[in-house]
Amino acid sequence: MFDYIMQYQSEIWHAIGETFMMVGISIAAALVLGLPVGTLLYLCRKGQMYENRVLFAILNILVNVVRSFPFLLLVVFLIPFTRFVVGTAIGTLAASVPLSIMAIAYYSRLVEQSLLEVPKGVIEAASSMGASTLQMIVKFLYVEARSGLMLGLTTSTISFISYSTVMGIVGGGGIGDFAIRYGYQRFETEIMIFTIIIMLILVQAIQYTGSFMARVLDKR
Amino acid sequence: MISLHQVSKTFVTSNSRFQAVDAVSLDVGAGEIHGIIGSSGAGKSTLLRMINLLERPDEGTVIVDGEDLTSMTAKHLREARRSMGMIFQSFNLVNNRTVSGNVAIPLEMAGIPKKERSERVREYLDFVGIVDKADEYPSRLSGGQQQRVAIARALVSRPKVLLCDEPTSSLDPQTTIGILDVLKHINRTFGVTVVIVTHEMNVVTSMCTTVSVMENGSLIHTFKADKGNTISSEDLSRMTATQTGVKVGETYV
Ligand SMILES: Nc1ncnc2c1ncn2[C@@H]1O[C@H](COP(=O)(O)OP(=O)(O)O)[C@@H](O)[C@H]1O
Ligand SMILES: [Mg+2]
Repeated sequence: MFDYIMQYQSEIWHAIGETFMMVGISIAAALVLGLPVGTLLYLCRKGQMYENRVLFAILNILVNVVRSFPFLLLVVFLIPFTRFVVGTAIGTLAASVPLSIMAIAYYSRLVEQSLLEVPKGVIEAASSMGASTLQMIVKFLYVEARSGLMLGLTTSTISFISYSTVMGIVGGGGIGDFAIRYGYQRFETEIMIFTIIIMLILVQAIQYTGSFMARVLDKR
Repeated sequence: MISLHQVSKTFVTSNSRFQAVDAVSLDVGAGEIHGIIGSSGAGKSTLLRMINLLERPDEGTVIVDGEDLTSMTAKHLREARRSMGMIFQSFNLVNNRTVSGNVAIPLEMAGIPKKERSERVREYLDFVGIVDKADEYPSRLSGGQQQRVAIARALVSRPKVLLCDEPTSSLDPQTTIGILDVLKHINRTFGVTVVIVTHEMNVVTSMCTTVSVMENGSLIHTFKADKGNTISSEDLSRMTATQTGVKVGETYV
C-alpha cells in the first residue's frame, strides 16, 4: 500500500503546499483584520469604553452574516469580489479570498470573547494611570487576554483547514481537493484514508501546539 | 490640593435611576490623609472615582492641584491622571506581567528610557519592601504583597495624590497594618496627599488626619484632627453615633 501511495508523492506534497498557502493567508487575514475588528466589537459594546450602538450593530451583523453563510455559497457569492481583488476567481490565491473573509469574521468573534474576559478592574487601573486607547489595548487588554487570543487562533486555524477542503470548486486545490479527486472520484480508497490521516495529524499537531503555547503564555 | 464642588452623579440603567452622589463638596489639603467612611452603597467609591474622573460628575467641578479636571480635553486629562495614583481592593495587577513589569507600565507609557525605568522600578519596589519578588508573577504572591506591588505601580510616576479604594478590605489584620504603614510612610516621605475609602475604623484612627462620613450619597460630616494628630476613636464614635439625625452638610470642626 505504501508504495502505491508513494507514486502520488509529488501530488500530495503539492496539495499540502496549497493547503498551507490558503490557511496561511487566512491566518494572516485573521491577525491583521480579525484582531482589530474583534477589538472594535469589544470597545463599542454596550457598557464598554467606546460604547457605540451603530458601529457595534453594523460590525455585529456583518460578522454574523458571514459566519452563518453556508461556506460554499459564500465562495460563489464572493466571486466578483475575488476577481476584483486578485484578478481571477480561479486558483489557490483566489480561493484564499473567501477563506480570509470567513477567517476575519470567525476570529474577530473569538477575539471579542477573549477580551470580554479581562477583568474590569484591570481596565480601570489602566484608565487611572492615564493610558491612551492604544496603550490600553496593547499594554493591558492584549496582555491579559493573550492565552485566550492564542487558543482562539488555534481553533480558527483548525476551522480554516476544514473550510479549505472544499476549495476544489474554484480550483483552489489543497489536500481536501486531492482526497476528493483521487480518493472519491477515482475510487482509490487508500488515498482517501491516507489523506484523512494526514489531516488528522495536522489538526492534532496544531491543537497540541496551540494549547501548549496558550498554557505557557498564561501566568494568571 | 483636591477640591470637589457640588458634585453629583446619577446612574441611569434601562429601568431605574439611582443618585449615588448628591451635591457633595469636599476640600482636602496638600499632605493630608483623608478618610471617607460610611456604610456599603453610600457612594464612597463613586465619590473617590470622581477625583480622577474615572466617574465623570453630572454636575459640579473637580479641581486637583489647581486644575479643573471637568473642563479638560481627553488628552490633558490623561496627563493629569499621571500625577494621581490609584489603588484598589482587588489590586488590579496585570497578571501576565511580572512584578517589575507591572511597576514599569506607567513609565513605559510616559516614554521613559529603559535604563532609567529599571532603576526607578527597583527604587519603588524597594520602598514598598518587595524587591526580592521583582521577577515573580502576581498570582504567586499573597494579597498583601500584591497590594504592595500595586502601591509601587501607583507611586512610580511620582504622583501628588494617591487615591485608595478599600485597599486593605481583603487583607487580614496583620497584613493591613503593614500596608497602612507603607501608606503613612509614603505620605511622610513624599508629601503625597492620600484619600482613602474604608469601612474599617482602625484604618481611620491609625492614619487619617481628616475624615468624612457619607450616607445615602451625601457627606454628613467632615472632621479634622488637631494638628499633628490622627483622628481619635472618641471623635469617630461621636461622629458615627450622631450620624442619623444630623443635618446634611453639617460639619464638626
Ligand atoms: N456603574 C454603576 N451603574 C449603576 N449603579 C452604580 C454604578 N456604580 C455604583 N452604582 C450604585 O451606586 C451606589 C453607590 O455605590 P458605591 O459608590 O460603590 O458605594 P460604596 O463604595 O459606598 O459602597 C450603589 O448603590 C451602587 O449600586
Ligand atoms: Mg466601594
